[in-house]
Amino acid sequence: MGMLLEISGLTSHYGRIQALKGIDVQVAEGELVALVGANGAGKTTLLRCISGVQPVSGGSVKFAGQDITRMSPERRVGLGIGQSPEGRQVFGPMSVEDNLRLGAYRRQGPDVRADMDRMYEMFPILHKKRDLPAGTLSGGQQQMLAIARALMGNPRVLLLDEPSMGLAPLLVAEIFRIIQALKDGGTTIFLVEQNAYAALAIADRGYVLETGSVVLSDVGAKLLADDKVKEAYLGL
Amino acid sequence: MFAAFLQYLFSGLTSGAIYALAGLGFAIIYNASHVINFAQGEFIMIGGMATATMVAAGTPVPVAIALAMAASMLVGVALEKFAIEPARNADVVTIIIITIGASIFLRGGAQLLWDKEFHALPAFSGETPIGILGATLMPQSLWVFGVAGLAIVVLWWFFNRTLFGKAMLATSHNRLAAQLVGIGVKKVLLASFALSALLGAVGGIVVTPITFTNYEAGIMLGLKGFSAAVLGGLGNGTGAIVGGLIVGIAEALASGYLSSAYKDAIAFLIILFVLFFMPSGLFGKRGTDRV
Repeated sequence: MGMLLEISGLTSHYGRIQALKGIDVQVAEGELVALVGANGAGKTTLLRCISGVQPVSGGSVKFAGQDITRMSPERRVGLGIGQSPEGRQVFGPMSVEDNLRLGAYRRQGPDVRADMDRMYEMFPILHKKRDLPAGTLSGGQQQMLAIARALMGNPRVLLLDEPSMGLAPLLVAEIFRIIQALKDGGTTIFLVEQNAYAALAIADRGYVLETGSVVLSDVGAKLLADDKVKEAYLGL
Repeated sequence: MFAAFLQYLFSGLTSGAIYALAGLGFAIIYNASHVINFAQGEFIMIGGMATATMVAAGTPVPVAIALAMAASMLVGVALEKFAIEPARNADVVTIIIITIGASIFLRGGAQLLWDKEFHALPAFSGETPIGILGATLMPQSLWVFGVAGLAIVVLWWFFNRTLFGKAMLATSHNRLAAQLVGIGVKKVLLASFALSALLGAVGGIVVTPITFTNYEAGIMLGLKGFSAAVLGGLGNGTGAIVGGLIVGIAEALASGYLSSAYKDAIAFLIILFVLFFMPSGLFGKRGTDRV
């Protein structure tokens, strides 16, 4: 099977500290792959390397067969890598609609309007609040906006960084329901989560990251059943 | 009594409009990079000097103005490309020092290219003063108000109605998120320098028939634009405009009622006052973020 996203031997540093120690991760077209691990394991760093906003010190990132390790972040978005970043990072003072429009910054034409209507259909609350500054939305609504903004770029792979972070349990369930729906609609998703149980439960495959290295990888259900994973990440 | 007040007010509004444009220039670059560009005044000087010398050499005024605006934008782009971008990984403070160096360099260059003399530009539509309630208003002041007002309207339209303008705003709000939606932040930085240089040049050109210009004219205009930006709240467009008008009016009133010797001190008193008592300025950031 041809891999859409192929990461090999990836390393990255913050100054002298090595955050990623040779990561190998693959995501195939249509797959939902989860990356779980504790705080500081390097999950966010890996996603930032894939989007090109964190310098890579070694290894490679391939997307649809093309080496993009040194490509600028904006060109990666154009190729089809969309990310909803950790902490949502909406453009707070700008309206919800402007946030969505900027999500499609690399695109032109009538499709953009149609996609925006699709987002409003998927997230009716965003339609209701489309003229309000994004910063006035609740945490859960901002998370929906961040996901919708990434989808507006019409990505071939959607990178989700901690979409359930800081949300009330009901909202967490809502966000995971949305992710499941996106997967069922055929979107390729690479999901990074501290909420390992929920993430692995809906994932096709999963990776466990520990201090910058992948220590386990298997199909989602098997990882859920793994004793080491249970002990370390699921609190069982 | 009232006529004198009105006279000071006209003169304050005229210089205030120029400070407002300079303040907007500071705000645009600050928003894109968090850098305070101390070469902003030099853009004003280049606009005025280039127009004045070209007109003196026989170039038709509209052509000279267009060329001077283009030249100033080119200088702005070159400044970003060759002085700011190579240092993009440096501290903001380091980059600010680079802009101070650049301003000295540009003044030196202007002195070599032109000279140390004062240069004048004929008023755009005559020198016949207009009498209003006992005070007089020079027609050129109307040009200053009109051009500054138009520049502000165009800027507002650009930042609120065009996709690239919104992208520039978005970059100032959240650089990481801007990169993740595919906004080229390098292009945004370059555009912010070009835009600030253009604004400076426009201000320098319309005010030169009133104040004259020379290679050093940018120092004071730049610092007053800076105090306008600080007073309004760094990075806030409305603040820069209001701040510019306040600084302009305050110094006109002070030089009228106290002594013209204090004129230049007012802007600095305002900076000190703002830094001591309201560091975020009149329109400083009011958080609307929910986490």
